[in-house]
Amino acid sequence: MTNSPLTPGVAPGRLPAETLAANFSDKAPAYDPHEAMVAADRCYFCHDAPCITACPTTIDIPLFIRQIATGTPEAAGRTIFEQNILGGMCARVCPTENLCEGACVREAAEGKPVEIGRLQRFATDSLMAQGGHPFARAPETGKRVAVVGAGPAGLAAAHRLAMKGHAVTVFEARGKAGGLNEFGIAAYKSPDGFAQDEVDWLLSIGGITVETGKSLGAGLTLDGLRADHDAVLLAVGLAGVNALAAEGEDVDGVRDAVDFIAELRQAGDKAALPIGRDVVVIGGGMTAIDAGVQSKLLGAENVTIVYRRGPAAMGASRREQDLATSKGVRIVHNAAPVRVIGNGTVREIEFAYTSPTPQGLALLDETFRLKADQVFKAIGQVLDGAPEALARDGRKIAVTGAGRTSLPGVWAAGDCAAGGDDLTVTAVAEGRDAAEDIHATLMAG
Amino acid sequence: MANLATSFLGIRSPNPFWLASAPPTDKEYNVRRAFEAGWGGVVWKTLGEEGPPIVNVNGPRYGAIWGADRRLLGLNNIELITDRPLEVNLREIKAVKRDYPDRAVVVSIMVPCNEEAWKAILPLVEETGADGVELNFGCPHGMSERGMGAAVGQVPEYIEMVARWCKAHTRMPVIVKLTPNITDIRYPARAAKKGGADAVSLINTISSITSVNLDSFSPEPSIDGKGTHGGYCGPAVKPIALNMVAEIARDPETAGLPISGIGGVTTWRDAAEFLALGAGNVQVCTAAMTYGFRIVQEMISGLSAYMDEKGFASVDDLVGRAVPNVTDWQYLNLNYVTKAEIDQDLCIKCGRCYAACEDTSHQAIAMSPDRVFTVKDEECVACNLCVDVCPVEACITMRQLPKGAVDPRTGATVGDYANWTTHPNNPMSRAAE
Repeated sequence: MTNSPLTPGVAPGRLPAETLAANFSDKAPAYDPHEAMVAADRCYFCHDAPCITACPTTIDIPLFIRQIATGTPEAAGRTIFEQNILGGMCARVCPTENLCEGACVREAAEGKPVEIGRLQRFATDSLMAQGGHPFARAPETGKRVAVVGAGPAGLAAAHRLAMKGHAVTVFEARGKAGGLNEFGIAAYKSPDGFAQDEVDWLLSIGGITVETGKSLGAGLTLDGLRADHDAVLLAVGLAGVNALAAEGEDVDGVRDAVDFIAELRQAGDKAALPIGRDVVVIGGGMTAIDAGVQSKLLGAENVTIVYRRGPAAMGASRREQDLATSKGVRIVHNAAPVRVIGNGTVREIEFAYTSPTPQGLALLDETFRLKADQVFKAIGQVLDGAPEALARDGRKIAVTGAGRTSLPGVWAAGDCAAGGDDLTVTAVAEGRDAAEDIHATLMAG
Repeated sequence: MANLATSFLGIRSPNPFWLASAPPTDKEYNVRRAFEAGWGGVVWKTLGEEGPPIVNVNGPRYGAIWGADRRLLGLNNIELITDRPLEVNLREIKAVKRDYPDRAVVVSIMVPCNEEAWKAILPLVEETGADGVELNFGCPHGMSERGMGAAVGQVPEYIEMVARWCKAHTRMPVIVKLTPNITDIRYPARAAKKGGADAVSLINTISSITSVNLDSFSPEPSIDGKGTHGGYCGPAVKPIALNMVAEIARDPETAGLPISGIGGVTTWRDAAEFLALGAGNVQVCTAAMTYGFRIVQEMISGLSAYMDEKGFASVDDLVGRAVPNVTDWQYLNLNYVTKAEIDQDLCIKCGRCYAACEDTSHQAIAMSPDRVFTVKDEECVACNLCVDVCPVEACITMRQLPKGAVDPRTGATVGDYANWTTHPNNPMSRAAE
């Protein structure tokens, strides 16, 4: 190995292969069966349990935990999948401290919730390891549904529609299905190809065709889809990225964090990925954390996440923030980028401190500079390429009820639809509910 | 520090914690380790008559019930009495007693139900210097099929007869160990007393099948696909044992008969409860088999601290203190009216009290949309189920209504002590005065 964290500039292979392998292994290893039994026993089987209410997909959590505790983890898995067919991925990526575990009465009682996320993983892994598929399709209805986007919302919808007996075609812009599960989350949350395994398992219900390399504007039109199908569901996510609005940002070394994360997820050999010695991430959400932590894990010497507001306003959960700092990432709050410095390639980035005012954030006069070989922008994604014919709600597609858009026969779900909180689990819930609404609509008519 | 020394039937021991007749007391090696660990006494594992020793199964002897994290709650065994030659046991008993003169060594015996058999073995035991004998009329498995153990303990006449033989043929104190596998424990206890026994010890194990293997359909523990009725012990049996000890302690016919309490004693607290219900000492087995002999140190420190706190100078100050408070249902105060009360600061909003009360009891707990749980006094019968299912200690308590208060459920005014015997609904009621 010739490079190290001290190698100047942007360089690959800063860490030995075994260190990289360890860094990108499973963040939270699976329970062994005894651990799962002990963890399950802590559940109080609450009446009208707050954890269920806190789950966007309304999984019957006390029931599945009791099923684990009584030695039937496969039954527990089925309980989960009935509500959330991507329960395996959600077990890995949900910010549970803000959802089920945050609502757990043991959090109130002793600050230590039942580890619902890890139990869910134990249950879903157990059922998936059994092979086969737990659900069967209803008889064919003869109805055809197009789903645009093979992310969590689209996949959840496709599965539910296929289960109801409809013929589903999923169109995906990228080369493979999975959406943000495959391209948008940190590698250590979904190691060993889990995202693709989950997609394959989900599709094994049958009745779903996936066509990759196709999106609205690239081979597809909404009118064409409507003409060929009984219903259309748009689950296209947020393909656009916000700009920094900082002077000089169009230089080499400044890029979107989502692209970096996608590249990293698809990389066969992490040692081949170039990373800066000094990395600056701008933003405060999960994407910023994933980019910052993974930069550090690749061997960057200094990684700084800079967020324009305070810790409480960060989109990333407290647990995610703690993860970042535990890996040696520094988080700077209340500072916004004003200028990227560098002659063709980024060298430094200048920030101004901020102060909240009733009119919004004000930039203070005091500034500071951070050395930067790479700058990752993680300041939010925006809807891109959605048909103009659809009414908007803010910058997203307007929906009423379970994802109905302003056009008859067209539904929208997931991040592209207004409402929700841009979580995988919310996308799954919206996809599932839109599918139910599509089914009800098609069968009524 | 309180003095834990006890004298049970004149048998002195530095503390009231004895090891029960069972696998831990089968050999000199184990018993020496027990005494080094601090046990006050042992009841040596049951000796049989001279001749070819008993044989045991060569597969599993124990089955278990577990709580979370494999915490052992109940144990069942199908082991028989000692399977070592009588003379070996006698030699070892003698050696141990010689080296530990301050500890109690009582020897458990089980021989066929004829006078000659008992007459033959008693002098042999006496010769070891042992402090007393315990007649094993309790084992529910194996030996009972051969007319010994529980087969004797289930027939009061036999108990009386054998106890009398033993008293006639030894100067040692005689303790009769009772089986709980009987409808009314007072009858065998009375028989033991009538036969002249100096004390009773109880309970022996309870006939049980711990579980069934749902693949092989064999009861556990499984011996080549078959199981048998074993003896159940451990923490799970404590309430049954306490009940039987109390029955004997408050029975006028056996009142004052010394009792050695056995059955699920796991901590100092369990031991103190047996003592309070009239046991003069306790015998322990499953807890030692689960955790090893060192647990006696916790029992010693715990009981000692408790006695200091209460100002009890000796164990005798504690023995029997709860007996007067064990009574018949008919004498319970029907004017003791309580209502459940939920401490909202301690409540973690799990709703278990609500589910229990709403589904299975009296619909006396209200739940608000924001999960505040409150007791409806006009419905609450004070059953205590909410207290029992609440995961937070002291979150739900029972509040006593003062005399003169009106119970919103019945509309009746709380009065002085009154019980069923004088209640107007009782057809047998006797007028007060």
